[in-house]
Amino acid sequence: MYLYDDFDRTLVDERVREFRDQVARRLSGELTEEEFKPLRLMNGVYLQLHAYMLRIAIPYGTLSSEQMRTLAHVARRYDRNYGHFTTRQNIQFNWIKLEELPDAMADLARAGMHGMQTSGNCVRNITTDQWAGVAPGEIEDPRLWAELLRQHLTLHPEFSFLPRKFKIALTASAHDRAAVRVHDIGLRMHRNGAGETGFEVIVGGGLGRTPFIGKTIKPFLPKRDLLSYVEAILRTYNQYGRRDNIYKARIKILVHELGAEKFAREVEEEWQSIKDGALALDPAVVAEIAARFRYPDYELLEDNPPELRKARTEDKRFRLWLDNSVANHKLPGHAIVTLSLKPEGEPPGDATAQQMDAIADLADRYSFGEIRVGHEQNLALPHVAQRDLPALWRALDEIGVATPNVNLISDIIACPGLDYCSLANARSIPVAEEISRRFRDLDLAHNLGRLHINISGCINACGHHHIGHIGILGVEKNGEEYYQVTVGGRADEGAELGKILGPAVPYGEIADVVEDIAAAYLELRERPEELFVDTVRRLGVEPFKERVYAAR
Amino acid sequence: MPLVKAGRIIEDRFVRVLDDAPVPEGVPVMLPAARLLADARELVLRQSPTGVIWPNDRRIAELVPYLDWIALVALVFPTFRDGRAYSQARLLRERHEFRGELRATGQVLRDQLLFLHRAGFDAFEVTKEKDTAAFAEALQRYSIFYQPTGDGRPSVLRARLSRGSSSTVPERREFVR
Repeated sequence: MYLYDDFDRTLVDERVREFRDQVARRLSGELTEEEFKPLRLMNGVYLQLHAYMLRIAIPYGTLSSEQMRTLAHVARRYDRNYGHFTTRQNIQFNWIKLEELPDAMADLARAGMHGMQTSGNCVRNITTDQWAGVAPGEIEDPRLWAELLRQHLTLHPEFSFLPRKFKIALTASAHDRAAVRVHDIGLRMHRNGAGETGFEVIVGGGLGRTPFIGKTIKPFLPKRDLLSYVEAILRTYNQYGRRDNIYKARIKILVHELGAEKFAREVEEEWQSIKDGALALDPAVVAEIAARFRYPDYELLEDNPPELRKARTEDKRFRLWLDNSVANHKLPGHAIVTLSLKPEGEPPGDATAQQMDAIADLADRYSFGEIRVGHEQNLALPHVAQRDLPALWRALDEIGVATPNVNLISDIIACPGLDYCSLANARSIPVAEEISRRFRDLDLAHNLGRLHINISGCINACGHHHIGHIGILGVEKNGEEYYQVTVGGRADEGAELGKILGPAVPYGEIADVVEDIAAAYLELRERPEELFVDTVRRLGVEPFKERVYAAR
Repeated sequence: MPLVKAGRIIEDRFVRVLDDAPVPEGVPVMLPAARLLADARELVLRQSPTGVIWPNDRRIAELVPYLDWIALVALVFPTFRDGRAYSQARLLRERHEFRGELRATGQVLRDQLLFLHRAGFDAFEVTKEKDTAAFAEALQRYSIFYQPTGDGRPSVLRARLSRGSSSTVPERREFVR
């Protein structure tokens, strides 16, 4: 956990005071909606289909139990008793009243939380691997660097009115859980030939209407240069990014139109002028931030303790959950536990106030008061002693967050879709709910293995359909909801965009199509260990297309 | 549109001269960029101050050769959402050490004032009459600044390091006079 100091706290309080003043001016009519819009957007306030929506940042996906309780309080006091965890380590409340927003923000500020820069054409919440700091084999904890970037880019005077929104993600693991290749800037920590750690800098990735996999413009950036290099990228983008067309304004279009090499040269030239200036990271500055991260005082424990062995042998349901939702920790005797927010037939990523409170209590009891939020819209307890797993499982099961479907076909990522969003062409949540009902049979889901479904209700791609192993995109055809299906996308270190399977299908058929694709995969895979996405890579789209469309 | 400088509404001394009109002697003038570039040889000889209105899609590098005799650069915000001039302002102040008046024109609203000031602007053509009264408050709204710019405000990174010690190291020379 990073602990706020008085500087961090003061800034958040000042922000709340400013926003309270802006809301008052909007309510009095002194500000027009057009003038108010960018101000509220920079505080995470959207005007949705039915009400204002508030998006709160969870920087690099780390939450304290105290913060989780505050989220529960906001859900209960200002919203309809639930919140929705998003694909970018944020939480959204969908039913907040404008007049109450400043109070909700003040309550959040007391726990060190805010909605600053969770929307608008500025640098958004910096995200990272939800297992940062605990994943085995990680080079180092990338959250230190995420925090340095967060601070540097908070209320940055030069970059608060960029051509378009700007998303940065970091990873320090060989297996990329942060989707860095589909971000405006992706930073991958690695070691160079001399054994120093630094960043591979990837720019211009992104989804939306024009998806791109990012291009590497700097294979190795020393850590001291992180802020200055990011500043150089943003300055180049701020000046030369397109502003004539909102759909061509992301940095990916600039990188594409200039070409990655020319873009890299522009950045390099700018960077050379600033790299040894005030942004060069002094080790003392880095040490100061690092000292504000608190790590658990772990016990020395052995792997596979008797309590765990006993429960594993005796209880089949526990075993199923253990094999599915519990991952190795960097330390022996510990584990990382994923909490599935994808129960059968429910909207993906939602948690009720009661669940949030209970999870906060369990985090205090079993995970040193720490909770993580991942881009798959699930939560995790990152520091659980293996001997506590049986008791923890029972408690999680009781509150409905122990569905053993993590990374399986019913662990669906979906945007809010037409049920909430004014941009959507089609519903997402009911499609996800229906698919999760079709695959409620866990044996079938486990037999299918790792299989990510991503659903977006429009081409803005908030559900990241391009990188779903199966991607589902809602479109409108003569006033009706249709869905276009892609297969073979992936967001990890081998990132790829999915390929279109065939003509879009109506709402009533989309779950059938997913079942047909699953059946085709079972028939086509070489052996059970070959993942769906690898079968698609080996065979291409055709054999799937034939099977799915033969009957249609 | 009121002009605000150093917290007060002041009279604009600069006369805007359009593309083909003759440049009057004896008064400060503001010229379009193209005019400045075309007539620089004569303009440099003027006894009164010369300023330029520099569009936000033209590289600042083109303006650099003239900076030592230019008294004012007016940068443009066609809407307050178009933030290109923030980068231009910082380049002028921090890289090219421009010391003359740096004026924000176009849609200039109080909620952007602090950002503008931090980027190096010291004069503001304020869009809404009513906003001028709120300027002093707008500049005081925040006391915490994470990132260093050339504005002389200490950034949090430095403040943390010097916390507990009496010496504060200035990050950069101040340009705000």
